[in-house]
Amino acid sequence: MSFDVQKIREDFPILKRSVNGYPLVYLDNAATSQKPQEVIDCIVAYYSTYNANIHRGVHTLSQEATEAYEEARKKIQKHFHIQYPEEVIFTSGTTHGINLVANGFSSLLNEGDEILVSAMEHHSNIVPWQMLCERTGAILKVIPMNEKGELVMEVFENLLTEKTQLVFVNHVSNALGTINPIEEIIQKSHKVGAAVLIDGAQSCAHIKPNLQTLDADFYVASAHKMCGPTGVGMLYGKKEWLEKLPPYQGGGEMIKEVTFEKTTYAGLPHKFEAGTPNIAGGIAFGAAIDYLHKIGFEAIANYENELLEYATSELLKIKGLKIYGTSKKKTSVISFNLEGIHPFDIGTIVDKLGIAVRTGHHCAQPIMDFYKIPGTVRASFSFYNTKEEVDRLVKAVQKAQMMLS
Amino acid sequence: MTIATLQEELIEEFSLFDDWLDKYEHIIELGKSLPLIEDTLKTDDKLIKGCQSKVWLHAEMKEGNIIFTADSDAIITKGIIAVLIRVFSNQTPEEIIQADTSFIDEIGLKEHLSPTRANGLVSMIKQMKLYAVAFQAQKTT
Repeated sequence: MSFDVQKIREDFPILKRSVNGYPLVYLDNAATSQKPQEVIDCIVAYYSTYNANIHRGVHTLSQEATEAYEEARKKIQKHFHIQYPEEVIFTSGTTHGINLVANGFSSLLNEGDEILVSAMEHHSNIVPWQMLCERTGAILKVIPMNEKGELVMEVFENLLTEKTQLVFVNHVSNALGTINPIEEIIQKSHKVGAAVLIDGAQSCAHIKPNLQTLDADFYVASAHKMCGPTGVGMLYGKKEWLEKLPPYQGGGEMIKEVTFEKTTYAGLPHKFEAGTPNIAGGIAFGAAIDYLHKIGFEAIANYENELLEYATSELLKIKGLKIYGTSKKKTSVISFNLEGIHPFDIGTIVDKLGIAVRTGHHCAQPIMDFYKIPGTVRASFSFYNTKEEVDRLVKAVQKAQMMLS
Repeated sequence: MTIATLQEELIEEFSLFDDWLDKYEHIIELGKSLPLIEDTLKTDDKLIKGCQSKVWLHAEMKEGNIIFTADSDAIITKGIIAVLIRVFSNQTPEEIIQADTSFIDEIGLKEHLSPTRANGLVSMIKQMKLYAVAFQAQKTT
């Protein structure tokens, strides 16, 4: 079956709107993806027909809501090739998942233990570990990157020692689009007995990982990056790890028995799911996964690669344009600057032309410091973008260049 | 000239532009013509950190009026700074404290003053007013 992008665009109501008098060109997909009608309908259906609190009620609505929510957990389990449904913890998003793990490790780390993070992490995968180091006396070490925006694996191997307890890397860099060699990182980390957390926030919309064959210890992702709603995400943890980690938050749902003397905690996954969760969000996360499967991850990857190649070659025709992140293995993200022009100015002009791109440091200041730039313009493409939209971006950037230089 | 007159002048100046392109071209020109803050004054204590573009602001008193100089690393931000400086510089602290900024809305640059824009301009206006309050306090003590 050929990839019919025009037909796919029909599924996304927002793509019909215009911005500043121009048809919207949405190229900020790495920040958040747009939502297809069926995901929106799923949220509406929940609130209009079976809204109830889950896991507690004996009444019909509560049971329907519980079933739908648990069904969504199974969809996530299946999608990411996770062995047990209880290894899927619903979170409010990637950041929540990372903090949950970092907090859990507070009681497992000792002074002098080492934690490795990559030089291309989002702030959300740096700050929680710094906080963890402050609490425990562990030491944070950084896997450096090269000019192309690839991790320097030789240095990584040297940094790995028997002191290394944890390794955290993103599967894909949000600022550069680099796909990191997580298979190799996981294998090598396991050889020294370190646990590995993979931040899938930027990859989950493009790459469908098999978490069992990958052998990741933890994996986190957000629904809103993959056509689902904001405010919901998933944490995968190997059962033995999740059993070892203490609960993150206390409250309802996560207990087995409570007396004022002592509380015993519920089993997985409820131990980590205190309080009423984002029920509609969780169910719609499942609907988003269903939607993406209908399009097909292979088709998505092929089409997005095509867009990436086309956009890269067209943008590079602009004199003075430099792309940051030129790894051979990339998702459809292009971070760039025009010589002598501040990214903020380019972003302002292209927005006026109806094009949504991101400008700034993309919550990855260490990367900007590495390249000694204040930020970049980032265009990130999704399977519902078109070559015509790439052309509009190129024209808009040319216009901005003309006006600003 | 009073702040109110200067604001009216700017509203008239900007009303000449029919579309956003011309207006932005004008702002960019203003940005380019802005006398730069002296490099020795571009220190961290003069830096107003927006999330995206940086703004440096310096203030000094001359014959009862506050003189502002400023700079930014982004040219559009700089153009808007030029507009603000034209209105607020060389005025008394009292006038600066009392002045409102609704003219920004009228010249069609409101979006740049939304707090979510993160370009440092909102903080810049706040900082200008703070300088005015500080200089006024100095005068009265």
